[in-house]
Amino acid sequence: MANAHAIATHGADGRPLFHDAKGEHHAANGTLLGFWLYLMSDCLIFACLFATYGVLGRNYAGGPTGAELFDLPLVALNTAMLLFSSITYGFAMIAMQRRKKAPVLIWLAITALFGLSFVGIELSEFAHLIHEGASPQRSGFLTSFFALVGTHGLHVSFGIVWLTVLMIQVGKLGLTLENQRRLLCLSMFWHFLDVVWIGVFTFVYLMGVLP
Amino acid sequence: MSASHAHSDHGHGHGHDEVPGAPHVSFGGYAVGFILSVILTAIPFWLVMNNVIASANLTAFVILGFAAVQIVVHMIFFLHLNSKAEEGWTLLALIFTLVLVVILLAGSLWVMHHLNTNMMPMSVHDMSNMP
Amino acid sequence: MSEPSNLTSLILGKLSWDAVPFHEPILLWTFVFVALGGIAIAGAVTYFRLWGYLWREWITSIDHKKIGVMYIILGLVMLLRGFSDAIMMRLQQAWAFGDSLGYLPPEHYDQIFTAHGVIMIFFVAMPLVTGFMNYVVPMQIGARDVAFPFLNNFSFWMTTFGAGLVMLSLFLGEFAKTGWLAYPPLSGIAYSPGVGVDYYIWSLQVAGIGTTLSGINLIATIVKMRAPGMTLMRMPVFTWTALCTNVLIVVSFPVLTAVFAMLSLDRYLDTHFFTNELGGNAMMYVNLIWIWGHPEVYILILPCFGIFSEIVSTFCGKRLFGYSSMVYATIVITILSYLVWLHHFFTMGSGASVNSFFGITTMIISIPTGAKVFNWLFTMYRGRIRFDVPMLWTVGFMITFVVGGMTGVLLAVPPADFALHNSLFLIAHFHNVIIGGVVFGLMAGIYFWFPKAFGFRLDPFWGKCSFWFWLTGYWFAFTPLYVLGLMGVTRRMSHFEDPSLQIWFQIAAFGAVLVACGIACQLIQFYVSFRRREQLRDVSGDPWGGRTLEWSTSSPPPVYNFAHTPIVHDIDAWTDMQKHGYQRPESGFNAIHMPKNTGAGFIIAAFATVCAFALIWHMWLVAGAAFVATIASAIVHTFNYKRDYYIPVDEVVVTEEARTRELAAIHG
Repeated sequence: MANAHAIATHGADGRPLFHDAKGEHHAANGTLLGFWLYLMSDCLIFACLFATYGVLGRNYAGGPTGAELFDLPLVALNTAMLLFSSITYGFAMIAMQRRKKAPVLIWLAITALFGLSFVGIELSEFAHLIHEGASPQRSGFLTSFFALVGTHGLHVSFGIVWLTVLMIQVGKLGLTLENQRRLLCLSMFWHFLDVVWIGVFTFVYLMGVLP
Repeated sequence: MSASHAHSDHGHGHGHDEVPGAPHVSFGGYAVGFILSVILTAIPFWLVMNNVIASANLTAFVILGFAAVQIVVHMIFFLHLNSKAEEGWTLLALIFTLVLVVILLAGSLWVMHHLNTNMMPMSVHDMSNMP
Repeated sequence: MSEPSNLTSLILGKLSWDAVPFHEPILLWTFVFVALGGIAIAGAVTYFRLWGYLWREWITSIDHKKIGVMYIILGLVMLLRGFSDAIMMRLQQAWAFGDSLGYLPPEHYDQIFTAHGVIMIFFVAMPLVTGFMNYVVPMQIGARDVAFPFLNNFSFWMTTFGAGLVMLSLFLGEFAKTGWLAYPPLSGIAYSPGVGVDYYIWSLQVAGIGTTLSGINLIATIVKMRAPGMTLMRMPVFTWTALCTNVLIVVSFPVLTAVFAMLSLDRYLDTHFFTNELGGNAMMYVNLIWIWGHPEVYILILPCFGIFSEIVSTFCGKRLFGYSSMVYATIVITILSYLVWLHHFFTMGSGASVNSFFGITTMIISIPTGAKVFNWLFTMYRGRIRFDVPMLWTVGFMITFVVGGMTGVLLAVPPADFALHNSLFLIAHFHNVIIGGVVFGLMAGIYFWFPKAFGFRLDPFWGKCSFWFWLTGYWFAFTPLYVLGLMGVTRRMSHFEDPSLQIWFQIAAFGAVLVACGIACQLIQFYVSFRRREQLRDVSGDPWGGRTLEWSTSSPPPVYNFAHTPIVHDIDAWTDMQKHGYQRPESGFNAIHMPKNTGAGFIIAAFATVCAFALIWHMWLVAGAAFVATIASAIVHTFNYKRDYYIPVDEVVVTEEARTRELAAIHG
């Protein structure tokens, strides 16, 4: 079931064959599936963080609440940064499909810029909150907020590092099969982070300001 | 037989230039996904920022619904999820994971709600009213 | 405490000579013993000039067979440590009554039972199970290696270095005193300010990454690399159980990772996930850790069910009864294992509605396991049963494990659990299923697959001795604990007041001594088998009349497993091949594409471990540098695109011709 080529399972005389004499069978490459499975495991890490936020999210301990702290316009801007970065990565993939190295590198660079903007805005948001006394140590609500949003931001940061490394590798070696595979994995990673962000801005920010 | 295989490691040795199983992408697909995502993001933000719906619970329910729909949009248009990818294993893995995520989230919230009610009374009055 | 200079404390953190337990004689002498043993081994390796060989052939190997063997060696070595902890506990509990305090103060005893649990689950059972899946599954599916051979090597070293950190805690600092799951608030920084819980967290985080990646690896292997014709419903049962186990690993270990990350944030950064004050909720830890914990026990037992299935069909000379129902039962167990976790904390106070839901699901999950037992029994019925050592372990398992399962169903009733939770009844129950199920299965598996890996069988006499010692030892050690638990005795106590209980503990200690004899017999077995290996030699590659593809190879198999990829037509592919008069090809070989060995896994894992060690001791500079080094070495590795090579045709021809001669010598 694993290979795309149909190996003959019976000989010309109709008797069953028990080994691939011509060596035609090539084990299929498992990288894309393997990476998808890693993303499923990452789903569960985020699920734990969401669950913890769900349980601790109203434990203000007499401190500031989401309604008091969350700057929704800024969150909307950040959401836009991430969404734009998703579409620019998509353009990089279109260029990869056309085997055009230069546009791939350009769109990857633009994706990185949007990603850096996202992380930068988030870091400044965190700094502002901490400056206001709303640090992760203040309450269970803030602990779980920083953990969930911060973990997502860390993932984006790792993604940017990976993207940079891939840009160097594509720049040096071109759009080889292996590099294409890596770009496809990063694509899955990047879009997956955008999916998680949908959960974050809905469950944390938007619901956090509701009474 | 040369050992330099810069082009493929486990891949098929037939000179293919393309990763097997790579999804076919198009500008149209990304554009539709992008526009839908913008709409599905803008509406929830608008609903909350302008207090459009009186009931907080209903608002929460509605925006969670929008989130679910946008996630599906991302899955289809950006992640190119379909039932053929990896002979169906991609979709199966996702569905299985989602089921477990739902169990983890719903189960934890249900369990912790009960634990908190029974074990974390907020005052002496609450304590004396417990069964 | 003297205040060192700022630079020293920045580099050394909390590390100082105070961390070495000079004042604990037991630890000091253990250290002396270990150090001498280590020097002896290192000396021998140097004398025989084997460092190069070890690095080239084992440490950097990406061959699933070698990695599988190394996992099993790790598990068996750690078994000795975990069992030493057990003997120490049995001795203390048999002794410490009334005025007698025994020989272990509570703060030492607490570390021992914590370490015992952590080591047995994470560094004995998990590596052994992973080792078997690594060794056997690729061959059973007709593949040449796993999907990600480098990742496999990396996973192994992460697990091993995690074990190393736990062992290091004996001689540098302390271990956790919280029990093997380290519940907060006790495991929080306020009540465990020392490094013990940090050793616990970081060793498990390091090992946990290895395990999760291994899970991904094996799922991808089974999904993508099966031989032509091997549909899912033609896979060996062990491969099915391996698939479900690895699915459980991928979806449950991330929960452990997340929970430990949260606990460490509480400890390092003063956050409030699980604290008593400022909005934390310690019960959430218990909830999440058992969402991991219950699937974990199924991760341990499912592969062993698979091992028993292979053994029963082989030693009864029959196809396994009810193949489809075995597969479905395994799948049902996999899904249901995610719906029972609360039974581990019925008494925490969630109330009747929640407790009854989980009590019912817990009872339901015993049903598919029962179906499996019936299938094994029906396979044995009217089979030509050979009571070789693996079959002894299997029968021992069936009796012992079923009793343990029944006490589990008893505990599943919440009102009963209210009396029995955290009593010795619970301890007896889980040892019943773990020893009767997991350990017996692993011992059977070792005997069964040893000849495949090494080319000679294990000595049957010492095998039988070890079995009988283990079986009687288990029953003597744990039946008293059932009795004590029913009488209300609590777990994790280092001292008791009621002298009427002492006889039970003494019987239990006797049982532990029997188990020690069983382990000694196994060590003797390895030694004797090695000495007698020519008499125990198996040249056929199939000493038991096996039914699955691994038995079609030589013992040990060539590095590439199969010169030609097999084509599969039915369940029990090897039996099917033989039934159809299969002729092994003696010519027409091709060059074989294989992955290269690499040191990258070892190096990256080593840097990660240095980072973990530094975090334990608050050595921030070192931790930062090691973290950067880990990422950097991983990135450097990705610049290596030349990761494979071809085994030349001539070499394949030579290997296969040797095999031809070997087989001719048997039949000729």
